[in-house]
Amino acid sequence: MAGDYIIDIQHLSKSFGGVKVLDDINFYVRRGEFITLLGPSGCGKTTLLRQIAGFINPDEGRILLEGKDISSIPPYERPLNTVFQRYALFPHLDVFDNIAFGLKLQKLPAKEIEVRVKKMLKMVSMTDYEDRSVDSLSGGQQQRVAIARALVNYPKVLLLDEPLAALDLKMRKDMQLELKEIHRKMGITFIYVTHDQEEALTLSDTIVVMNEGKIQQIGSPIDIYNEPVNCFVADFIGESNILKGRMLRDRRVAFIKHEFDCVDEGFGEDVPVDVVVRPEDIYFTTDPAKCQFKAKVNSCIFKGVHYEMWVDTDTGYELMIQDYDPYAVGTEVMLYIDPDDIQVMHKERTRNVLDAEVVDGNHVRILGAEWECEVPADASAGDILKAEIPFDKIELLDHQEDGKLAGEVHFLLYMGNHYHLTILTDDGDHLWVDTNDIWDKGDLVGIDIAPGGIKLRKADD
Amino acid sequence: MTKRSTWSIPYLVFMIIFVVLPLVLIVLYAFQDGNGHFTFSNVTRFFTDSDSLSTFALSLEVAIENTLICILLGYPAAWILANRKFNRSAVTVTLFIMPMWINALMRTLATAELFNMLGFTLGKGTLLFGMVYDYIPFMIYPIYNILMKMDNSYMEAAEDLGATPWKVFWKVTVPLSMPGVMSGVLMVFMPTVSTFAISEFLTNNKIKLFGTIIQENINSSMWNYGAALAFIMLIIIGVSSLFGGERESSAEGGLI
Repeated sequence: MAGDYIIDIQHLSKSFGGVKVLDDINFYVRRGEFITLLGPSGCGKTTLLRQIAGFINPDEGRILLEGKDISSIPPYERPLNTVFQRYALFPHLDVFDNIAFGLKLQKLPAKEIEVRVKKMLKMVSMTDYEDRSVDSLSGGQQQRVAIARALVNYPKVLLLDEPLAALDLKMRKDMQLELKEIHRKMGITFIYVTHDQEEALTLSDTIVVMNEGKIQQIGSPIDIYNEPVNCFVADFIGESNILKGRMLRDRRVAFIKHEFDCVDEGFGEDVPVDVVVRPEDIYFTTDPAKCQFKAKVNSCIFKGVHYEMWVDTDTGYELMIQDYDPYAVGTEVMLYIDPDDIQVMHKERTRNVLDAEVVDGNHVRILGAEWECEVPADASAGDILKAEIPFDKIELLDHQEDGKLAGEVHFLLYMGNHYHLTILTDDGDHLWVDTNDIWDKGDLVGIDIAPGGIKLRKADD
Repeated sequence: MTKRSTWSIPYLVFMIIFVVLPLVLIVLYAFQDGNGHFTFSNVTRFFTDSDSLSTFALSLEVAIENTLICILLGYPAAWILANRKFNRSAVTVTLFIMPMWINALMRTLATAELFNMLGFTLGKGTLLFGMVYDYIPFMIYPIYNILMKMDNSYMEAAEDLGATPWKVFWKVTVPLSMPGVMSGVLMVFMPTVSTFAISEFLTNNKIKLFGTIIQENINSSMWNYGAALAFIMLIIIGVSSLFGGERESSAEGGLI
């Protein structure tokens, strides 16, 4: 099967100034596939694309094109072409010469160049524009020329770096359809970079979800949407209710203080998990026999196709529900969820685990600051132990200088009745915090640990 | 006349006295004989006098040579200065631009002294050296400026389409930096046509340039012929600035 992979990326890593931008990236691309690298800005997707194009050399790892290592080949020798984010059309050349640029470098006969350029102009619906200067074209037209300029060389793989980001919504939707059509007609492999999850779902055969330089999940749009592997993917793709849960046994899970049947197996018994329920998968019912839990509608907004409602469950959780029929605010409703629609995910972590250096009988040093805690009698100063700190024992303060450590809110998830935050400390360490307070991404916070929040154990346990 | 526009009167007066009036006087003197009668003889004298014509040709030749040398030396210098791989410091750029801050006459005298001290024979070689030395910052700066502002994605796009670094340079970098080159050419070529001090000091007046004979005529009170020569030079400068002006309008790299 390996012969079917046109691109095979193995253990690719890249750091800029000590910051790991890509961390052990592995994936392959099948011939003719439309694959999308999806993630928030700064997740490394563009760096990855630029490495495939050859503009950046990897620190570690290899990029194979049809089984041949191209990692050290310069961009101009790679049979790949790129559509740049801001098109980068040559302003000193007209439309024809822009598209013919690559073919002229190959020294093809003028006749053939003309035939191929005209064919490509037709493909992108830009016939009769060959003499126009690129400055006189609209954004959408420039986009088409940029696509034609890359595709006219019949690259083995076409790389597209957020090509639609500069277009307005309507134009973007039209171009999405056209891109898909061009992909179908040409049969060329597309590697597409975007931060727009809807675009990724619309266009791709396969989506690679990335965050913080790591691949989170690879799969078809349907897999990614229906079976996200972690909270990040669930939150990033589509709307979702992400909740803490407990896998009781195979096919039985508890969350929002109710028990539900599900279809997941193999997690073990009584294991903490995360649960994702899409808002369109929570159903209203009038049949008490079907009702799994009750709730009260607290807001209802018309969203065009459906209504978006927030309900408070009888157990104190907030859930988002999307339905074609509205329920008035204040209505008591009966709800149920199909076992198929409950996505159970392994918890990535259940508490913070950090190195702790013993200072004296009741102090340890964690992340460069000293904290009071109970130190085991057999530990002596200088020993390195593991400190476990529950998510809810870390306190966030409004002013950075009020905490022993300073950091910023890096990522946040609403879990139905509290927020789960990822804090990036000023020294680049991660801490995970459960809180009822409302913070925003990017907020600067002081960090403290509640008394008694640190539990120590031997490092090799 | 509104109140605000009366503020412009001092400037207007200044411009009339120091710009418009001299230009009018040049034209008047150019077409008068010594007795104040209208004549074309000053102009026709230039076109029939082989000495004047050859001086004129030599001036153009020296100006063109100077401009070409400035491009040949200045472009690579600007390219290296603008390339982050070779230069990350603004200090280096300032070092290249700094001669522009010092009076040209002073630098020329210093150069002449240097040549004297080293025992070089003053001649065309030293003349060209002095010219290049005086004018090269005016070539480097506009080119450096436009190269600095150039979007790197054009170069990447060319490389992506199969151009080797050499081809990228000739097919993308050079054409896109032409406005900077044009503005450098205007700022080097035009002043060199009319220069006289450099040739006076750096060739001991062995080589006479067009500017020199204007100065000599006027110094020896041949106002009318001198004015005619100045008039011809003004026309040439005007024409050459029109020639480059069209590109100049789109130039972002211009110094002025």
